[in-house]
Amino acid sequence: MSSRLGGAAALESRLRGPGTSIVPYLTGGYPTMAVFGEALDALSGSEAIEIGIPFSDPMADGATIQESSRVALEAGVSLDSILTKIQSLGGVGSELIVMSYLNPLMSFGYEDLLPRLAACGVAALVVPDLPLEESGELGAHSREHGIGLVQLVSPVTSQERLEMLGKASEGFTYAVTMTGTTGGTIGGGEEVTGYLDRVRASSRPPVLAGFGVRTAEQVRALGPHCDGVIVGSALVEVIAAGQDPVAFVAGLKP
Amino acid sequence: MTITTETGRYGRFGGRYVPEVLVPALTRLEDTASHLLGDPGFLTTYEAELATWVGRPTALTRAGRLGEAWGGDLWLKREDLAHTGAHKINNAVGQALLAREMGAQRVIAETGAGQHGVATAAACARLGLDCTVYMGSVDMERQAPNVERMHILGAKLAPVTGGDATLRAAINEALRDWVTHPETTYYLLGSAVGPHPYPWLVRELQSVIGREARQQMMERAGRLPDAAVACVGGGSNAIGLFHPLLDDPIELIGVEAGGTSSELGRNAATIGSGSPGVLHGSFSYLLQDEHGQIQETHSVSAGLDYPGVGPEHAWLAESGRVTYESATDDEALSALYELGRHEGILPALESSHALVGARRWLADNPGSSVLVGLSGRGDKDIDILRGLAP
Repeated sequence: MSSRLGGAAALESRLRGPGTSIVPYLTGGYPTMAVFGEALDALSGSEAIEIGIPFSDPMADGATIQESSRVALEAGVSLDSILTKIQSLGGVGSELIVMSYLNPLMSFGYEDLLPRLAACGVAALVVPDLPLEESGELGAHSREHGIGLVQLVSPVTSQERLEMLGKASEGFTYAVTMTGTTGGTIGGGEEVTGYLDRVRASSRPPVLAGFGVRTAEQVRALGPHCDGVIVGSALVEVIAAGQDPVAFVAGLKP
Repeated sequence: MTITTETGRYGRFGGRYVPEVLVPALTRLEDTASHLLGDPGFLTTYEAELATWVGRPTALTRAGRLGEAWGGDLWLKREDLAHTGAHKINNAVGQALLAREMGAQRVIAETGAGQHGVATAAACARLGLDCTVYMGSVDMERQAPNVERMHILGAKLAPVTGGDATLRAAINEALRDWVTHPETTYYLLGSAVGPHPYPWLVRELQSVIGREARQQMMERAGRLPDAAVACVGGGSNAIGLFHPLLDDPIELIGVEAGGTSSELGRNAATIGSGSPGVLHGSFSYLLQDEHGQIQETHSVSAGLDYPGVGPEHAWLAESGRVTYESATDDEALSALYELGRHEGILPALESSHALVGARRWLADNPGSSVLVGLSGRGDKDIDILRGLAP
């Protein structure tokens, strides 16, 4: 839950703690709202959990999250129904990160959205189609409620932009491990770790690496070069197969 | 009516809502395009291609018999006569030249009706560029002749079965490809939509339509028309026709796809029935539900079957300079047959929507003159039209 420091600050301090944080990603309302709620509750031992809001046109996502989003939307899931579910759990032990494309947020209306997110204990927002230059309005609303607006960086981000984004990011800096969509394949070795070192050197908040993380071996390799990893598509596949998300996440710990 | 080139805003519309990974590629494109479109050497090459390969200027045809039937003076700007059969080639050849200048290893494009896919395939073949075209499987079926043409011209076809399997899904897939290969791939976007600088770039390359039409009207009729009409899906042919006429005392009318009814999901009348939001990189009107989810659309014409619209059109609608209305599938079909039988021209189903707008204008303003942007030819629609002729 967010402390009086504000959600973003609390998230930053938890991610800075010892060890490599493993941040599970769940598609909101997938495979059903009930199973999503159970998974959220079961994973609440994590420092943080990222919840994806399904969108009809997820251009930064690969096949797995496209499909989970489609299934959730078909069942009538919305940003509103996901937040209602989170509130009904009466508090989750993890810091909550909400990932959403911009349009569902815009459609909800920032004036109503941010107080609602704060009431749900959301610490940070990740908006994959909102680059820094377009983020003024949402950023201002978020800050008012202590919610961090996370900046994403990628291996093709220039040093100059890395520094600008690392300074502007709140809650954490999202280091996308590769050029591609979620669930893709990470290149190996120094190319990735060197990139993460550069991100970390230029980022004010902690750094989480994401996109394509699916094995304990990867977590071991990336761990020393970031504060934690986000596990998305691999975990959604586990949930789709009806397996235990907690056991899967535990198995990733180095 | 001017844009702020730094942000690509048209009033409150436009912008650049893309993943961070694409920001450097878009900045590079913006810098290169704004430089080259003012570079005499580049423009000489582009204009030579338009003149000797595309076949510009395209004709301005006075449609005497149909004008008489509709009660006024009807003029057609014949983009159907441009190489590959539609206005799409104006943009494709310009951007393919940019891609070559930028050293792109491959070009990707999306297509709905297949006209932009064919135009891109042709331009890439001409310049020796590797070309992949994303096309929804529904569209591949209903625009089969264009699929074959793309194969013949050496493009790789990438069928898109996800989402609604039409233009919107094809753009999503092209964007995913570009996110994966942002440094080596040139995304040759076909309409005046998407993140800045595309709406500006496509408009600049399509404005040749309006510039030529304006000059041809002055030469042939001795005056400008009372109204100019174009169909609007994403809106590239319309912005190309309208932009050079914005400062003239001419009524400008955009015609969207009214589909089978005004109910959400049964049409693609984005300005008429939509609301503001962000899709595919820009803030514009969208067909969306109350949760901000993009809705499926319907139009008999694959090229207009899209839930968004170019941001400059959103601005022109909001400012009141251009009037936007819609034509149903049936109205478009009837106008198509009327043009065929009065003037010996088979227009594309997309362009037939513009004819409906002209027919209405003349009914309301008898004796006046109207210019129609006839954006493409209808050979591609043969399978849809077979058996429908009255």
